[in-house]
Amino acid sequence: MSNLLALSEKHALSVERLSVSFAHGDQLLLALDGATFEVKRGEFVCVVGASGSGKTTLLNVLAGLDRPSAGRAHVHGRVALIFQESALLPWLTAAGNVELALELRGVKASVRRTLAYELLGRVHMAGFEKRRPHELSGGMKQRVALARALAQDADVLLMDEPFGALDAISRDLLHEELERIWKESRLTILFVTHNAREAVRLGDRVMVFTSRPGRVGHEVKVDLPRPRSLDSPELAVIAGRITDRLKHEMINGR
Amino acid sequence: MAAELATQLPAAAMPVSAPHPLSRSARRVWSAVWPKLGAILLTVVVWQLVVWSGWRPQSQLPGPWPVLERLAGDLARVDFYAGMGLTLRRAALGYAIAAGVAIVVAILIARIELARRSVGSLLVGLQSMPSIAWFPFAVLLLQKNEGAITLVVLMGAAPAIAAGLLSGIDQVHPQLIRVGRAMGADGLGLYRHVILPAALPAFVGGLKQGWAFAWRSLMSAELLIVATSPASIGQQLQSARNLNDAQQLLAIMIVIFVIGIAIDSMFGGLDRLVRRRWGLLGSES
Repeated sequence: MSNLLALSEKHALSVERLSVSFAHGDQLLLALDGATFEVKRGEFVCVVGASGSGKTTLLNVLAGLDRPSAGRAHVHGRVALIFQESALLPWLTAAGNVELALELRGVKASVRRTLAYELLGRVHMAGFEKRRPHELSGGMKQRVALARALAQDADVLLMDEPFGALDAISRDLLHEELERIWKESRLTILFVTHNAREAVRLGDRVMVFTSRPGRVGHEVKVDLPRPRSLDSPELAVIAGRITDRLKHEMINGR
Repeated sequence: MAAELATQLPAAAMPVSAPHPLSRSARRVWSAVWPKLGAILLTVVVWQLVVWSGWRPQSQLPGPWPVLERLAGDLARVDFYAGMGLTLRRAALGYAIAAGVAIVVAILIARIELARRSVGSLLVGLQSMPSIAWFPFAVLLLQKNEGAITLVVLMGAAPAIAAGLLSGIDQVHPQLIRVGRAMGADGLGLYRHVILPAALPAFVGGLKQGWAFAWRSLMSAELLIVATSPASIGQQLQSARNLNDAQQLLAIMIVIFVIGIAIDSMFGGLDRLVRRRWGLLGSES
């Protein structure tokens, strides 16, 4: 009993033999097949995998949007999910999007506005509170999405290729931003990407998922000191090894 | 950081130097207005030419000038406004009920698969049925002219409004629904915060079309009703016909046309406002 409790305090997230399948016509497609892993509280873990490795499915199950077919996925605490793009409600301003998250969390109406402005300030979006999403660049939209996720007051942040559609410089800046927020807030982050360098840049640990069906094929611990640079040779070596794994997976997975 | 944010600003949102804001907005108004003025002028000219050709005697086809004079005379009469008020009240009542019914029906159809398969298919049929066909039955059923008129307006407008809202709900991007659910919205909350706002542009389109149907249905119904006081617009049209008063007929037709256009352009303005806010028009002005 005490053993179990100790486990739940140490881990923010545990996934056990998780399988998810979808009906596709009269076929059953297996997206995840017995994925098993754990993420410690406050840990930053990246998941890389080729398309078809069930990365998005994994996040959807963890966020409660999809149901597992077998196995368990358990999150200790509240989760927030950040999507790749088009995730802001276009009819609300930047502040309005953050306020809605606060409202759905049950925050009193009188303090929502102030809190939303504070959160937007934290992601360096002060002065853009009244802009609508279509008036913001891709990088700025993701900053707002980050503020909105913070508004959900989650313990675990699930990120689904959040910077995949951004230009290199915006992405660099957002990496720094995310790292800073992670350090300040002691969040647990599960970050999905197809970019090995990005995974090594951000993660304490990188899990490489196998393709069709997905499961944890390989795991790399990243011991490089932070903050890391995407262009550093040490990072490139580790990322290169992961990329080789991914290529291997893609060829064998077909 | 400030420099980075500035470079991320979309070009359209940058403060652009506007040399003559007044003359610019005047030019915009003019560019919107002149084609319409041109069309009106062209109509009047053709109309006058037909009158001058002597195709019909002036008692049957009066020229633009006497008609405008008659219109000005009508507009100076108090009872004319009383009649117009009656017509507009009927339109507003029928249209408001139609909007309320349509919202409930569309949400039910969207939520319940059985409702979609049953009522959903009826909706298409109702939309193509001329709502004035309900009128004789409505008079018989309700034993009241006012009730019958309201019903005809309702049957005219409601299917179009419901169809607009329903297609809006059906076309909400699945990503937005996932976003809403990930934030913890479900059931009614998801409708209130995500689905209905996302469907608003299509709903406004339905409202606009519903108004056109409501106005047509109302005019048809008013032509069929004899003797109310004050005399509604449709009834004035009918009595002018009985008196062979062509000038009055045309004057009232102009009134019907202008009211229809005025309300339609209000919906047009609402439509543009919503589209701009939703980012469907780009971010100009």
